[in-house]
Formats: sequence, C-alpha cells, structure tokens
Amino acid sequence: MTSKKVAFLSDESKRSIRISWIKFSSNIFSVIGLSSVVLVIFLAIFAPWVAPYPQSWAKWVDFTNTLKPPSLSHLFGTDQFGRDILSRIFFGFRYDLSMAVTILILVVPLGVLLGLIAGYYMGSLIDTVIMRITDIFLAVPSLVLALVICSLLGPSLFNSMVAVSVLWWPWYTRLAYGITTSLKNEYFVQSAELTGASTSHILFREILPNCISPIFTKMTLDVGWVILIGSTLSFVGLGAQEPIPALGTMVASGTQYMPNYWWLTIFPALAIAFTILGFNLLGDGLRDLFAVEEI
Amino acid sequence: MEAMKIGLVRYIGKRLFLSLFVLFGLSILIFTLSRVIPGDPARLALGPMAPQFAVDQLREKLHLNDPLWVQYVIWLSNALHGDFGDSIVTKRPVIQDIIQFFPATFELVIFSTVISVILSLVIGSISGRRANSWFDNVFRLFSYIGIAVPTFVWAVLALFVFVFWFKLLPTMGQLSTTIAAPPTITGMMGVDALLTGNWTAFVDHFEHLILPGFAMAIGTIAQEARILRSGFIENNKKDYITAAVTYGIPENDITFKYLMKPSIIPMISVMGMDIAASMGGSFIIETIFNWPGFGKYGLWAMLNKDLNAIIASVMILGFFFAMANIIVDLIISYIDPRIKMTEKGT
Repeated sequence: MTSKKVAFLSDESKRSIRISWIKFSSNIFSVIGLSSVVLVIFLAIFAPWVAPYPQSWAKWVDFTNTLKPPSLSHLFGTDQFGRDILSRIFFGFRYDLSMAVTILILVVPLGVLLGLIAGYYMGSLIDTVIMRITDIFLAVPSLVLALVICSLLGPSLFNSMVAVSVLWWPWYTRLAYGITTSLKNEYFVQSAELTGASTSHILFREILPNCISPIFTKMTLDVGWVILIGSTLSFVGLGAQEPIPALGTMVASGTQYMPNYWWLTIFPALAIAFTILGFNLLGDGLRDLFAVEEI
Repeated sequence: MEAMKIGLVRYIGKRLFLSLFVLFGLSILIFTLSRVIPGDPARLALGPMAPQFAVDQLREKLHLNDPLWVQYVIWLSNALHGDFGDSIVTKRPVIQDIIQFFPATFELVIFSTVISVILSLVIGSISGRRANSWFDNVFRLFSYIGIAVPTFVWAVLALFVFVFWFKLLPTMGQLSTTIAAPPTITGMMGVDALLTGNWTAFVDHFEHLILPGFAMAIGTIAQEARILRSGFIENNKKDYITAAVTYGIPENDITFKYLMKPSIIPMISVMGMDIAASMGGSFIIETIFNWPGFGKYGLWAMLNKDLNAIIASVMILGFFFAMANIIVDLIISYIDPRIKMTEKGT
C-alpha cells in the first residue's frame, strides 16, 4: 500500500464528496428528505430518552389521563389508556424502521446474488429458472401477497417481516439482472474473463461494484415502501399487534374513537406519511446524484 | 400489413402462454403455502369444538392425508373446472361468492381509473408544458405526498374531513339505508340503477362512490401525472417540436397533436400495473368504507384463515393482473407501431 492511500480520505475523494454534497444540497427536496430521515432515525434510536413519557410504549394504564386532547403536557394528546401519543409515535418509528432495516438486510444480498448469477449466465437454463420465479412473485400486487402470507402464518410483527422478505427479493434480482446483462459484454468484464479470473471474481469484484449506487438508492426508496406495506399490514390487523406501538396499529386502534378523539388516528397517520415522504425524497435525491436510471 | 397481423397474433399467443405459466407457478406457490402452515385445514374449517372423528372424515374428504402433489393435482383439476372449494365462513362455493362480490369492486376500480386517467392527463400536461411554474411546484409537492402516504391513511383522512368534519358525503356502504336498492342485473349498483331508470338510487350511490374512488385513485394520479410530466419535458426538447414552434403552429396543436402521443406511452405502460394495484388496494379501501366487494371479501377470508377463499382470491387477482398488462401492451403497440412486439419478451 502506498503512503498516499494511508490517509483516511485522499484529497481527491474529499473533493468529490464536496462536489456531490453541493449537487445534492442544491435540491431543496433532497435536503428536506435527508433532514427528516435523520430526525426519524434519531428519534427511533433514542426513543426511551427523548420520549416525554417513556412508559407509554407498552402496556401502561393511567386512568386519570385517558383520551386527553393535545395540550402542552401531552403535545399529541393521550389514547384510551392514558398513554402519551407522541411518545408512542417515537417508539413506533423504532418498530417500523427496524422492520424495514431487518427486511432489507435479509433480502438485498440474496436478491442481488440471484440477479448477478442470472444476468451473467444470460440465456442459460439457470437464467430462465431464476427470472421466471421472480415473475411469479411479481404476478400479484406485493401488498396482497404480503396480506396472504401474513394471514397464513398468523398475524405478528415477526411474521409480517417474514412475509415482506419473501416477496421483496425479486425487485433486487431484477435490478441486478438488468445491470449485469448490460455490463457482461463490456471490455473490462471480457478482459477479466480472458485473463482467467474466476467467476466469483468477475461477479463480485468487476460487476457488483457497478451495482452499488443503484442498489443503495433503491434501498433508500424501499425503506419507505416497506414501512408503507408494514403499516398497512398492522392497520388491517395482520401485522404487529397491540400493545406494540407500530404506527399502523396505532392508526387502526384509533379509528374506533374517530370523530371525537381524532388525535389518536391523525397524528400516527401523519407520522407514517412523514417517514415515508422523508425516505422517498432522500431516495429521489440520491437517484439524481448518482444519475441512476434503472429504478 | 399481413406480416404485422401474424406478428401480433404470435405476440399475443406468447404473452398468453407466459401468463399461464406465471399463474401456474403462482398457484403452486400459494397452494403449498396454504398447506405447509401450522394448523389443520379441516380443524380450521370445523372449529375447535368439533369432535375428532368429524375432523378425520373431513380430512379424508378433502384429500388432506394424500401427499402434497396429489392434493395439488386434485385442486388444480377442480379449479380448472371453476370449482375452488367451499368457503368455511360463508359455507358456499368460493366461486359463487366471488361472482357475487366482484362486480362491486369492478365498478369501484373502473370509477377510480377514470378519475385517475382524466386528472393525471390534465395535471400532467399542464405541469409538463409549464415546468417550474407555480402550478408545477404545487403539483410536485402533491405528487410526493400522494405517493408517500399509504392508501389507508388517505381513506381515514378522507373519512375524517369529508364525513365527520364537513358532513358532505355519506359514510359507509354503497347506498343510504333509506333508499331501496335497484334489482341486481350486472351487480354494479350504479349501472343497475341506470338500467332501471332509478335516478335517486344512482345519485345516492354515486355519492357513496366518490370517497373510496378518490382514496384509491390518489396514489395513481400522483404517479401517472409525474410520468406524463417528464415525458412532456423530454419530448419538448426534440427537434420536431422546435420546428413546429418556428413554423408558428398554435400551442394547443403542438401540445395535443405532437407532444401528447409520445409522452403518453410511458404513462399507459404503467397503467396496467396501476389498475391491478388498485384491485390490491381495494382489499384495504373496501374494508374501511364497508364496500361489499371482492377486496372486502378477500381480506375477510384472510382474517378468518379461509384457505379456499384466499387461494381463489389470489388466483383471480393474478389473472386480472396478467390480463391488464397484456391489454396495456396491445394499446401501446397500437399507439406506437415502432415498438416491435416480438422483441418485447416478458
């Protein structure tokens, strides 16, 4: 290793990071997205310390404070058990985000690996098998497939994660497949083949680095989508169950108190919208930055 | 011309074959899932209080003691004859339930598709032609929010604002309780009311249709209008548009004759997906608005673990998804003959 590479970041890469940041921050939407994502992640991680009433996250009853409208002591009001809605929303960020992150960590490596293999062996039997299986998983709207799998496995937070993982990998397979098929005839891949590089070297060292920025962009966008599907599952009662403060569960249990005690429903619903919007704006910003066209 | 027709027939044939294959795979997937889950389908059907011998008899009748693939073959041959088994909740053949509930959903989906096509055409073309104007900026904000907010949140917000707050629209169901329902002819209540000339029922039904229709359409509008907008902006840079402008062709002619056609193709190509996604969304929307359709039935089946009904609902949905995509591809190849149909594999 040369001495030039010892520094954590060379001047060159510092410069390119600065240019990227200027490009990124010139779009107001991207900056809003980044700030809201940072805020949501911060609240999710530090929920027990930031939440004004941390005991509200689980089974907790305070009969003197049930169904209080928004006030200074309870900014978003309290629910039918006297739990603070704002605190529950912070913990809700925790559940929804950890669900999305777990699913993506499980799904992305598998989906990308299958896409790389199918793309590299384009036209062979293995390509046909993998890509036709992805077609099957994409043959009904993902929401419905998630509902079905959840209902068959039995409703719980864990099973809703399993359900979404089962149906989410094909998108990454398709993405990696598209990139691999367009790259496999490029000179750098061909020269690696000619010099006798192993298949795993070609797949992971030559082709995979070119997939990183589109995959990363798609993952950012998908955090929003996974939260959307997860909250819908818990809203209809097939995902996380009470008293877990998942945001969708909170909206669902609030609808019974709907016209008069609107704060039970409206604030968690707005929190869901805020989170998904943040990740979508950030994802769009990254897409513009990396000039990704595949997604 | 003759060669093109043969190409078209071959293309449709290929697409149909692929869709059949996908549906076949989907049925294997769902069937296997429904059989490997913990819990005995016969016990589920009879309930926890039923005596063991009754459960054993039902197991025998439903072929549950046979190997999985035998069960699948029996299910498949029945399904191909239109028999998806009985629902454990309604105690009726599943296919009969679906035939009864489907028209209401079809009506809702058609209504929301009409809304979303009209609105996305209007919004998309205005903000495409006037990029970065105030209208465009307002729309961009709307489209971000429209895509980001889940359907059920829209539905709940709509209920809150229009029903509880302003008291403008009726709450739930298809028809007010004070009005007699028109006789069932097509199953689509609005159409039935028109056919029988029952104007009061039609108006009342239409009022019930507005909220679920818009709640279903809103995400689609945001997406389709955005696609149309970027199509306009991209095509506006093309030489033939510059030429048309320099010839002094009126702006409306440029917009509708020269820009619309190439810009609308990407929008149509996502429409098939969107219509199918609306049907998926109907599972949520119909439950919230108490709309007695296929989606409410499907979700109800899922909440009750009604296996036969779940499998049938998914298969029907997959079928419509496939059909919608084929039809959309045909429309596109009609609008833009340059797209070679044989090359577009899947």
